[in-house]
Amino acid sequence: MEMNAKSADRNLLLELSGEIDHHGARNAMRELEMAIDAALPKKLVLDLSGVTFMDSSGIALILRAQQRMQLLDGSLMVCGVPQQARRVLDAAGIGRLVTIR
Amino acid sequence: MRTKATNEFSLEFPSRSSNEAFARSAAACFAAQMDPTLNELEDIKTAVSEAVTNAIVHAYPDTIGRVQLKGRVCAGNVLELTVRDYGRGIPDVDKARQPMFTTGGEERSGMGFTIMESFMDKLTVRSVPGRGTTVVMRKRLAPRVTSAK
Repeated sequence: MEMNAKSADRNLLLELSGEIDHHGARNAMRELEMAIDAALPKKLVLDLSGVTFMDSSGIALILRAQQRMQLLDGSLMVCGVPQQARRVLDAAGIGRLVTIR
Repeated sequence: MRTKATNEFSLEFPSRSSNEAFARSAAACFAAQMDPTLNELEDIKTAVSEAVTNAIVHAYPDTIGRVQLKGRVCAGNVLELTVRDYGRGIPDVDKARQPMFTTGGEERSGMGFTIMESFMDKLTVRSVPGRGTTVVMRKRLAPRVTSAK
């Protein structure tokens, strides 16, 4: 999995690409936290449009992002969710907890 | 009763996380002979990824052990996949299958079994503490209309 960060005016865009599974989860989690800590955003957008596969490791990643943004009193939006990842999120009912566009 | 398989495979690998991608790809390659839709292939890959990750994370938390993946094509266009480990076992399977329950720490969401259940038709989990866990997943693939040759 790769993560590309773009930050401007306390908006942080994180573009995720490749396969999100447990193998890369620890690094992904750390990268996510470092990017949030560096930008201290008011608004975080996770763009999953480059994700070719995602299992429940992606859910843990999104929930962590949500938790961090709540601590910062900011918001999280997940966008560009490919069909397979969408079905994983739907099976877990994540749409009830996180804004998905 | 065990149904007769028209084709099968079996492979074994060490519980290294780099084998998660290998296992789900292998299962998808085997399933390809059943002419699955893209959605069905993705379902299979996702369910195998969850089952194999469970074995790697929970069966062998501090060691590298063996994980077995088996696939069978059964009557009625049913794909049966078995993920077996010889690790720690699950003391309470019903509890482990509950959504959001995890002993895996912050990187895990506790949704693995929920996803396996929703992406496959049938999920059976057998576990003996200290001996290991066997997860059997079955999915009937939609028969496709093919033109006569």
